[in-house]
Amino acid sequence: MRRFPGLAGGFDWGGVMRQRVWAVIQKEFIQTFRDRSTLLLMLSLPLLQLFLFGFAVNTTVEDISMVVADQSHDRASQAYVSALETSGYFTVVSYVADQAEVVRAIDEGRAQAGVVIPSHFRAQVERGEAQALLLVDGSDLFTSQSAYNAAVAIAEVHATEVLVEKLQRAGLVQDSRGFLPFDALVRILYNPNLTDLWFVIPGMCAMILQTQTIALTTVAVVREREMGTIEQILVTPIMPIELMLGKIVPNILIAVVNMLTVIVLGVFFFGVPFQGSFWLFFWLALMYIFSGLGLGLLISTVSQNQQQAQQMNMALALVGLLLGGFMFPRDGMPVVLRLIGNLFPLTYFIPISRGIITKGIGFGFLWEQVLALLLYVIVVMAIAARLFRQSLD
Amino acid sequence: MENGVAISSRGLVKTFDTREGTVRAVDGLDLTVRRGETFGLIGPDGAGKTTATRVILGLLRRSAGESHILGYDSMRDTYEIRERVGYIAQQFALPADLTVMENMRFFASVQGVSRREQARRIPELLGFAGLSAFGDRLAGRLSGGMKKKLALACSLVHEPQVLMLDEPTLGVDPVSRREFWEMLGDLRAEKGVTIFFCTPYMDEAERCDWVGLIYEGCLIAHDSPEAIKKKVPGRLLEFTPSDFVPAWRAVEEMDGVLEVQTYGAMLHVFVDDVARRREEIETAMATQGITCQGTREIEPRMEEAFISLIRRQ
Amino acid sequence: MRKRFKRIGALIQKESIQIVRDWRTLLMVLLLPVLEMFLFAYAVSLTVDHIPTAVADMSMDSQSQAFVNALIASGYFDVETYVADEKAAVRAIDEGQVRAGIVIPPDFSARVARGDAQVLVLLDGSDSSTVSSGYSAALAVAQARGMELVVEKVNRMGMGALGGGPSGDVTALPIATSMRVLYNPARDDMIFVVPGLTAILLQVMAIGQAAVAVVRERELGVDEQILISPARPLEILVGKMAPNLVLIVVDMLIIVLFGIFWFGVPFRGNPWVFGWLSLLFIVSGLGLGLLISTVAKTQKQAQQITMLFMMLCMLLTGLIYPREPMPLLVRAVGNLIPATYFVRIARGIITKGVGVSFMWRDVAILVGYSVLVMVLAATTFKKRLD
Repeated sequence: MRRFPGLAGGFDWGGVMRQRVWAVIQKEFIQTFRDRSTLLLMLSLPLLQLFLFGFAVNTTVEDISMVVADQSHDRASQAYVSALETSGYFTVVSYVADQAEVVRAIDEGRAQAGVVIPSHFRAQVERGEAQALLLVDGSDLFTSQSAYNAAVAIAEVHATEVLVEKLQRAGLVQDSRGFLPFDALVRILYNPNLTDLWFVIPGMCAMILQTQTIALTTVAVVREREMGTIEQILVTPIMPIELMLGKIVPNILIAVVNMLTVIVLGVFFFGVPFQGSFWLFFWLALMYIFSGLGLGLLISTVSQNQQQAQQMNMALALVGLLLGGFMFPRDGMPVVLRLIGNLFPLTYFIPISRGIITKGIGFGFLWEQVLALLLYVIVVMAIAARLFRQSLD
Repeated sequence: MENGVAISSRGLVKTFDTREGTVRAVDGLDLTVRRGETFGLIGPDGAGKTTATRVILGLLRRSAGESHILGYDSMRDTYEIRERVGYIAQQFALPADLTVMENMRFFASVQGVSRREQARRIPELLGFAGLSAFGDRLAGRLSGGMKKKLALACSLVHEPQVLMLDEPTLGVDPVSRREFWEMLGDLRAEKGVTIFFCTPYMDEAERCDWVGLIYEGCLIAHDSPEAIKKKVPGRLLEFTPSDFVPAWRAVEEMDGVLEVQTYGAMLHVFVDDVARRREEIETAMATQGITCQGTREIEPRMEEAFISLIRRQ
Repeated sequence: MRKRFKRIGALIQKESIQIVRDWRTLLMVLLLPVLEMFLFAYAVSLTVDHIPTAVADMSMDSQSQAFVNALIASGYFDVETYVADEKAAVRAIDEGQVRAGIVIPPDFSARVARGDAQVLVLLDGSDSSTVSSGYSAALAVAQARGMELVVEKVNRMGMGALGGGPSGDVTALPIATSMRVLYNPARDDMIFVVPGLTAILLQVMAIGQAAVAVVRERELGVDEQILISPARPLEILVGKMAPNLVLIVVDMLIIVLFGIFWFGVPFRGNPWVFGWLSLLFIVSGLGLGLLISTVAKTQKQAQQITMLFMMLCMLLTGLIYPREPMPLLVRAVGNLIPATYFVRIARGIITKGVGVSFMWRDVAILVGYSVLVMVLAATTFKKRLD
């Protein structure tokens, strides 16, 4: 019999305790697996999410719908519009008469951008004082951002080309090629084709695990408390920590199955390359799952009924999603938010997940996150255990 | 609508599909309850009492046969039934986060009782149930017995013609139990309400006008309590043997012994002729060195009748 | 029928009492959206600047340093460390110390003079936001720098006689393009986010509240006593919907008021129209939640489905990621979520300031959705125990 004094009132890992934990584990297993429809749901929902989001997330926008009001119809104006279209960023959906109609089209949602070219464009270009107007739909964050940046860049490049042509005709420059003294070559590491899925899957994995584990544990405990069945269990000589462990175990199994499914699908169906060590990923994921379960237990100790637990779950999931670095970069956030983000295990696991899957790096580079996760797990479990015990009294 | 019949079922069948196969919880149930009667559906656990009650009420889908309450068909006229019947389920859960008063008002309003009528009936019912002082107590914080009484009050607020109770006194302390039956007695006397209840307690059958003994989904007896008790053949002798098992074995073999039942440490022996057999039994016991204590003739009760009837199935 | 109204009234009263008694949940429903709104509004940013960068300058001459300075001046790149070569830069990105690397080859000045200099920009491809920002930023800086050099060169050649634009500068770009962002000229992030966010938060709240409503009573066994009453399924559902509707309308007011007065988002359209349409939207959300509740067998299931919906709301409704590029199937799933339509409506009214006539299609769909969902819920609601 070994004792760990101080931890949940003495941690006696003797035969009897093991037996009791095992009994709880068995009960939980039976209950979980007998509820076929819920089981099905728990295993299939992550898959569904994976499929949907794999295809939903789009970080590069192309073919932004555009209307054109070309009041010159000459070579210069057509060259300008053509530059916008051939870039691939914009697609001209219709030609309209003037600026008012362009605005109306955007108001109605028929287009998300518009260009207005005044009359006598060619002449103005020759004189070097042409003016064009680009309008962008400002109600939609993503599109307007992309449209804005793309439009600015394209317009500038086109204008430069026109200038070069001009200088060439004036005999100032012999060769238009290589006119600009230097060139920037951009190489994107790990994901050269910018395949969106490669961005998404590692983060998705982390996200799904988090939401699942928290929800599962919370429900398990709160439900029993609500139904009163917990009373019957309490009269047995079971210790709170044994009860906790027992409740956690089948959920670990389900979470692991979910994780493996996501990875397998990601690699074999979506073709995401798994660069790093799978075993390292597996063990770290296990630790991460534990942290999620601990968090779930924490919630369950403060919820009186399932509705409260539900609300807290959703809030946590949403917040974790936002601040963890999956959707939006953490650098861009104010310090306060970054600190709050630090309270979520997701924040540490996303770099781990991305690191191993996409970058293919090893433990040596990840030790900070791993340490953080480890500490997190220990702290959360300890707090949960203490609160759990108190709540039962 | 047949005059005078409150509840009836004919050939009622209810089957469930479980993992082990199809279960016939109710298997050809025929019963009739007349208006104003108190009817007890008596039977052991799993006999089908709750299922039968729920099917008759329309809470479960009928598999075959027919059932009516006050002439309304259980399946087709569900809402007409619900307006005229009061029901306390076995797990009689009422919203725990509503107070006693709020519960009463809720059920009254849902039943369409006018405000004026509510003002009259609710205090009366609460007084009747002994809950007048607890109007503002949350239903979840009442004791078991009080919860049951509240359930009764809520089921009566719309002055139903029929009251159906599923194991109403299960888990209730003896004092509350007696009070409950007194309340029901008053109800019947004053209002002529037809009362239909299920119970595994044989002694409660004595309180009924009419009894249905249910076993494995169908009725094995449908009669007044006295008539049922008379169904048991012979007369009943009771005694306590000093050596139980040999005594039991011996008595079973004897002539004129129709049936032997055990009752705690006592034996209940049904004999065709009390005087003659009593002597024979005592002699037989003596030869085996067994003494008999407290030998006497007793009136068979529902329990004995029931066990006897079951054995003969 | 008067009796019907009485019944519905009783059911509404009961539900209201229960909601108010559970004050913790009540508090959460009222406060959480505000919290989430704050987080969202301040967390959302798709452009990243100050990307931590490693620089491998193998020339260390005036040209290379000028280029590095140009990068820093753009605000997009923050030089964290100087490394020796390309390999070291890649290693730094591997480690996660930096997310971008600039490699300038030796003899840079000489190459520039010849006109064939090349700079290598490395970007951390595991992070999409770095890539999209860094890519365009790097190219833009390179281009701008290149133009500066051209200007110098041409001026040295003394070609002022060519004449030029209003500034008399021959190398000014012949076409000046002015950009205008409609509705949100200052490109204020809040204005982008808040209207759509309102839709999402309301949707999630509505579904969350309603989804447990029916299942809970079933699990506790309370449903049997209520089933035996003459209340019809539709009445029971309406009874559950009404108080929650009030609750979430309050949520809506809180969110919108915060948006206007704290975040300074201008409300350009008609508030009454918005009010009515949001009512319609909330009803559709509650209806959907109730449908989930009648179908789910346990509260656990209801919760799982609700979580799924939350995720779908975030990602498929067009709030963050645009819907146009999504494959047909994915877009179709998005079409099943009421929020998808209301995001458009909210943006239309609040940001664009347009009227209903512009959005009638979305409104019609929401109406149809609400009706359909309630009908489905009422028919699947079990009148019996089996």
